[in-house]
Amino acid sequence: MAMLGKTANGLFWMSRYLERAENIARLIETGQRIGLTRLGNSEEEWTSVLESAGSLGAFLAENGTVTKEAAINWMLRARENPSSIQSCIHSARQNARLVRTAITGELWEAINATYMDSKTLLARKVSERDMPHVMRLIRQNAALVRGMTHGTMLRNEIYDFLRLGTFLERADNTARILDVKYYVLLPSVRSVGTSIDNVQWESILRSVSARGGFRMEYGATGGPQEITHFLILDKRMPRSLAFCVNKLKTNLGYLNSGQPQRCPAQRLVADLESRYLSHDVAAIFDYGLHEFIQDVLDSLSKVSRQIEIDFRFYE
Amino acid sequence: MTDAALFDEMWGSDNALRDPYRTFHGWLDQEDPARLRAKQREAEDLFRLTGITFNVYGKADAEERLIPFDIIPRIISGAEWYRLSRGIEQRVRAINAFLHDIYHKQEIVKAGRIPEEMISRNEAFLPQMIGVEPPGGVYTHIVGIDLVRTGPGEFFVLEDNARTPSGVSYMLENRETMLQMFPELFSQNRVQSVQNYPVDLRRSLSACAPACAAADPVVAVLTPGIYNSAYYEHAFLADQMGVELVEGHDLRVVDGRVAMRTTRGYKAIDVLYRRVDDDFLDPLNFDPESMLGVPGIMDVYRAGGITIANAPGTGIADDKAIYSYMPEIVEFYTGEQPLLPNVQTWRCSEPDALAYVLDNLEDLVVKEVHGSGGYGMLIGPTATKKDIATFRKKLQARPGNYIAQPTLSLSTVPIFSRAGLTPRHVDLRPFVLVSPGKVHVTPGGLTRVALKKGSLVVNSSQGGGTKDTWVLED
Repeated sequence: MAMLGKTANGLFWMSRYLERAENIARLIETGQRIGLTRLGNSEEEWTSVLESAGSLGAFLAENGTVTKEAAINWMLRARENPSSIQSCIHSARQNARLVRTAITGELWEAINATYMDSKTLLARKVSERDMPHVMRLIRQNAALVRGMTHGTMLRNEIYDFLRLGTFLERADNTARILDVKYYVLLPSVRSVGTSIDNVQWESILRSVSARGGFRMEYGATGGPQEITHFLILDKRMPRSLAFCVNKLKTNLGYLNSGQPQRCPAQRLVADLESRYLSHDVAAIFDYGLHEFIQDVLDSLSKVSRQIEIDFRFYE
Repeated sequence: MTDAALFDEMWGSDNALRDPYRTFHGWLDQEDPARLRAKQREAEDLFRLTGITFNVYGKADAEERLIPFDIIPRIISGAEWYRLSRGIEQRVRAINAFLHDIYHKQEIVKAGRIPEEMISRNEAFLPQMIGVEPPGGVYTHIVGIDLVRTGPGEFFVLEDNARTPSGVSYMLENRETMLQMFPELFSQNRVQSVQNYPVDLRRSLSACAPACAAADPVVAVLTPGIYNSAYYEHAFLADQMGVELVEGHDLRVVDGRVAMRTTRGYKAIDVLYRRVDDDFLDPLNFDPESMLGVPGIMDVYRAGGITIANAPGTGIADDKAIYSYMPEIVEFYTGEQPLLPNVQTWRCSEPDALAYVLDNLEDLVVKEVHGSGGYGMLIGPTATKKDIATFRKKLQARPGNYIAQPTLSLSTVPIFSRAGLTPRHVDLRPFVLVSPGKVHVTPGGLTRVALKKGSLVVNSSQGGGTKDTWVLED
């Protein structure tokens, strides 16, 4: 089956934006939570949250200094911020309209309902007391969209492009969180676990919805080494780099099945996997955690560009 | 309850319930108005959720708007419909014969039935189409005929939409909404189905494929894009037909065929249902600034490499000046008297007619020859003195640009308002599919309703709404 290059592009970005909206929501909730523990410095915490969201520079240009209210508003509903939750949902819906004929009515309606809800919910600044309610609705809507995707979409190329978007965005997000917080995971600053360290570790795990999974796996014993392993190499953890890259590999494999050769994007993913995700965590620390993450981020954006070329997203 | 002078489709002119509404009215009588009000709101939520919206040009704040839907259906008896559909069929056959003639031998001009300059000086006449044989001989694959009614048996054709008539998605979604909200109505009344339209459309388009087409022709819908006012409809039709929805930048000419860029390379298209105007279709042959079309598509078309639906140049058949000649056109090509009459029309290009129109502006409706969407028209009886004076100047400056018609007292159908049932003016646009040797009229169509009291303007861009349209099996 072949589909329009434009449609593949729309599907890919629709799912990237949906995934991004969810990731931003999780970052906001983590920031909120850390702020309430009063252990960290709130301004510092929100600065790193904005950095993880990839929009610190644009935020500072627009707002000057970092405050909790301004950071939340920026990530939740600022129109000038293309990665605010509201902007992401709007972009996801625009793409969904563009590919309306490729997705099921149920999925379209779920995305459209999400958009209509967010428009109402985020019409005004959200006060602190309304935050839990707003975030809960955003999470519920995200679950609805995901449920409709899994429950109603045929497993064909259309689905493969949705998955590529989801996992590229997710891998990018996990890598970015590690990039911002890598220093708290370094062996040199490893202590026996002061409260501050614990808060920082917990913040990382929360940002990728991994707190529960991690505790289930490691009980109360896991430290930075284990966290690093969990987020980068553990293939059971749905937000780890290894998990996401593996999904990219299989979905590109489906898309390219029947072709005599692997496409360039497949080769890039295979390269990314063998070069960065086939070693143990000690090797990563030897290489340098920071350099490692930088390399992975760079590879991911190359994969994204190659997918656009291989599948003729543009003329 | 109703103005005695007017014809109401539920109550007639004398406040006696008309037959087609009998069963429906029995149901309505038993309904709790509060429940109906809730249903009316439910309908709107349904429309909003499915995204049945239209975009308003130049309104940034209201990028997408709902067309108001009214839950009281417009009901037509089987016998009334039979008469109408025969008249529509006759007219559509005549339009196709006329288009073939004026792009070939122009017999109708030679016979002196239409003045030569009505064709040669007409902006809608496309010289690029002279001598072109469209595949299957079909010019207007999809037609929407706008009808108005003034009495029990009095239907008139107000306009022929032979370019890219829109609104069919509302016909389908209105029915879908009624079926979901009031299933019981459809067990009590025997309403002819419209739901086959997308399948019929695909079949009809496939039947018009060019000779070079595959056994199962590749059909695609060409849209100007998501910011077009009718984008929803374009996506809806492509989805319902199970074909690709393409934009100009997805297409290019490859090896003498028009092809779409897919994830696996270029794939030829056999039939293109285009919702892009002639002017924008091909920057090499028409407007060179157009970003919406496909460079070179006209050359492929002339070489028989693709079917364009509707064919380029069909606009000359729904031009309002040509409209006034439709009775002659029908007679000339079918040899029969027209079954559906035209509304009386004064061509302002003719001095006598112009003089009459200028003397009677306050009683007439004056329209631009090429206008549509209810823009640029004067409705004499409701216009202010100042409007009339301004319009008089425009008319005198370019009389050939206008036609005039009497203000018809369009029939009404009740709408369900806060205050209960209240009559509003309606028109009707049935949709017609043409394939070689076959004309198919979908039983029903789009009923547009002017929601403002007394208003005669039903266009959605001017605050009109829609209703479900029932054709009963008698």
